[in-house]
Amino acid sequence: MTSKESILNAIKNHKPEATALPELLVFPKEPQLIERYEKGLNGNGGKLQQVQSLAEVQQYVNSHYTADQLVASLVDEVSGNVDVRKISDPHDLEHVEVAVVRGELGVAENGAIWMPEANVVHRVLPFIAQHLIIIIEEETLLTNMHEAYQKVNVAESGYGVFIAGPSKTADIEQSLVIGAHGPRSLTVFLLRKS
Amino acid sequence: MRVGLFIPCYVDQFYPKAAQATLELLEKYNVKVEYPLGQTCCGQPMANSGYERFGKASSDLFLKNFGHFDYIVAPSGSCTLHVKDHVLPKEAPSPKIYELCEFLTDVLKVEHVEASFPYKVGFHSSCHGLRGLRIAKCSERMDPEFNKPLSLLNKVQNIQMVELDRKDECCGFGGTFAIAEEAVSVTMGNDRLADHQRQGVEVLTGADMSCLMHLEGLIKRQKSPIKVMHIAEILNGNPV
Amino acid sequence: MKEHTHAQAAAEFIKDDARTHWHDETLWHVRSKRDLSAQGIPEWETLRDRASATKDYVLSHLGELLEQFESNALANGVEVLWAKDAKEHNEHVYRILQENKVENIVKSKSILTEECGLNHYLEDKGYDVVDTDLGERIIQFAKQAPSHIVLPAIHLKKQDIGEIFHKHIGTDKGASDPGYLTEAARQHLRKKFVEANAAITGVNFGIAETGGFVVCTNEGNADMGTHLADIHIACMGIEKLIPRAADLGVFLRLLARSATGQSITNYSSHFHKAAPGKKLYIILVDNGRTEQLAREDFKNSLKCIRCGACMNTCPIYRRSGGYSYNSTVPGPIGSILSPGKDLKKFSTLPFASTLCGSCSDVCPVKINIHEQLYKWRQVITENVDMGASKRLSMRVAGATFGKPVLYDLAGKMARTALKFTPDSLVYSSLNVWGKHRDLPEVPKESFKEWYKKNRN
Repeated sequence: MTSKESILNAIKNHKPEATALPELLVFPKEPQLIERYEKGLNGNGGKLQQVQSLAEVQQYVNSHYTADQLVASLVDEVSGNVDVRKISDPHDLEHVEVAVVRGELGVAENGAIWMPEANVVHRVLPFIAQHLIIIIEEETLLTNMHEAYQKVNVAESGYGVFIAGPSKTADIEQSLVIGAHGPRSLTVFLLRKS
Repeated sequence: MRVGLFIPCYVDQFYPKAAQATLELLEKYNVKVEYPLGQTCCGQPMANSGYERFGKASSDLFLKNFGHFDYIVAPSGSCTLHVKDHVLPKEAPSPKIYELCEFLTDVLKVEHVEASFPYKVGFHSSCHGLRGLRIAKCSERMDPEFNKPLSLLNKVQNIQMVELDRKDECCGFGGTFAIAEEAVSVTMGNDRLADHQRQGVEVLTGADMSCLMHLEGLIKRQKSPIKVMHIAEILNGNPV
Repeated sequence: MKEHTHAQAAAEFIKDDARTHWHDETLWHVRSKRDLSAQGIPEWETLRDRASATKDYVLSHLGELLEQFESNALANGVEVLWAKDAKEHNEHVYRILQENKVENIVKSKSILTEECGLNHYLEDKGYDVVDTDLGERIIQFAKQAPSHIVLPAIHLKKQDIGEIFHKHIGTDKGASDPGYLTEAARQHLRKKFVEANAAITGVNFGIAETGGFVVCTNEGNADMGTHLADIHIACMGIEKLIPRAADLGVFLRLLARSATGQSITNYSSHFHKAAPGKKLYIILVDNGRTEQLAREDFKNSLKCIRCGACMNTCPIYRRSGGYSYNSTVPGPIGSILSPGKDLKKFSTLPFASTLCGSCSDVCPVKINIHEQLYKWRQVITENVDMGASKRLSMRVAGATFGKPVLYDLAGKMARTALKFTPDSLVYSSLNVWGKHRDLPEVPKESFKEWYKKNRN
């Protein structure tokens, strides 16, 4: 008997009485999505900037990073100096200072942003960069995680991640430190409806 | 309505005043209380020690003494819980057992308490009443607020209830835990006590004499001036 | 070999009063953050009910869901392996490492691999496994086990960690600033991430309907490891399944809030397929779980999502430390899981509780932890030698309480004895109660005696 068979047999022999699969939950919509989103994001150590156009993101990058720092942008309207799509080995991203990517949607209750593989090209990009900038559109804001999972097909791509803040730890005496292994900051640019 | 009074063994032996106050209080609310003289113990000490099977004789005796009542009332959340979960039959007809504050609130629907108690009082929320019988909302759950014993205490004239830093942490009594895990038990008790001391408590009360016995033991050893009284004594208007 | 009881280990821990209270306060702070966070969710109790019901469904359909999970994972190009026990799990990992000529391994937090003793096993085979969660790296340097499942180094003070880092990664002697130490670990571990060929992770949730799984971290260490290495090995207990991806809405809302009070971990990574040119393995591990499933009274301990909330709230855990449980999973949940693995070894754990019930009420999947502690006690006294005197005293107590005449007499005798016994005897070291507590004042008559005189 294989291990699989023996495990499945053991389960079959002692199966608890069947219970029903619960219905999915739906809760009322949050009326103040942007305020709630900002609160959620700040709680995780991220910062929100509301902008009318992506030119403002470009300005932000220009004023915060110098020409000798590596800027990896996957957003057409924001220029960088690393072409992520031309890189084949993700290790080559090791010295990226800031990555600029688009998020699919934002969740107001906790600040989380859904980031499918296609938006980052290399899975490691939003982790290995010293700083992370994510752009989301106001229309994509949702109330809670239930809505997010209704919207997202997590199996569509090989990998996807909810990013809700910068890399952080509190493993030393519960003291919060931002910048554990990954980004030392997360700035979310919320593109307002025009 | 036939009401039987169940006085847990250690209350009977060591805290007769709490038992008398319970009886007198119920009588004040015009409840005709019967006290079966053949009663002993509900069997909890054996059961919580892992010897539920040795508690059979006391369970049987309990049913013999109390089986015919409509209601059983006891001045102890812990013993009430044990009887409810492990002694009374699950199916009707079976008497309903209530902890005293529960009975006053839910059955008698007490609106008025004829007592004055001009002291700073700290309430120790005993776990079995709190999380077992749900006589109040515990801090862990996110339900609407309610607190049966505190609502009753707040009806007492001139009483000054204090807010604790940790409003419902366990005192560390736990029956035989108090002996088997003496070091942890004593540390927990002293920590609870320190909370009451920080708030300037003069009288420490609660709905379970067992927890109070443990805390009182620590208070006396520390030679702290805090007095300990069962909630029935305060509601009954007993002096300190 | 000296037998380990929880009480002895706890008494040892408590000798350092200042440290005990520091430990208690630190964890109480985490519990308070959890409360604050849960208070912000009006539907909190509904979420708990739903999470519990979903896990009940999983346990009662475990076989079907595992097969569904496997076939979907296989369709995603994932290699799925099954392991009956820790040994087989470790052998699978070893074989994968050998086949892929792996030299450098990074690992993110996995309680399952702790349970299986994977690090020691691989070290014996000559591998260096680098734990990358900061807390785990700290205790790995110190050659210690985690003392908490979410906060592995919670028992250490920053000065202790400063010492450990000074010794192992050359931080300044005496330096203990958390920011400085974390930065040093970041630089040290970044090299390890870049060099790694294989990354091992645990699994927070396996999704039956998609064959994918979710790993939650705040540091991003699971992602740094898996996305840079060519091989990803995910080790997953068979109870980690959920039926649908949409169920994650409930579980991710509860997990981090229950664990630390955060609204969500900063990274919730969903893995379905390996990146092009890389390999993804999932090892499904039983290691006693099907035995626990067979125990009617204890099966729903398998609903646990490893948030650690029961440890943070437990007044005993907070004052006795994780090591006092001598078990991979300590605290209340560990005390109901461990006896199923070794009844004798863990026989004192279900007694390391006042049955206060706080654990059951913080549990996001509503495991009736304190009721199971009670039930384990009954099993243990039947099957483990608890000492003849304890058994006898319980039997005598049982018999006494069964007979009113005996009870009345015993009560009277006890009161009389206490009254006339000199304090020096009552409070001798033999009397455990009296070491730090006075006994109640002895009344002149029992309530029953008073009642007979005054009411009958």
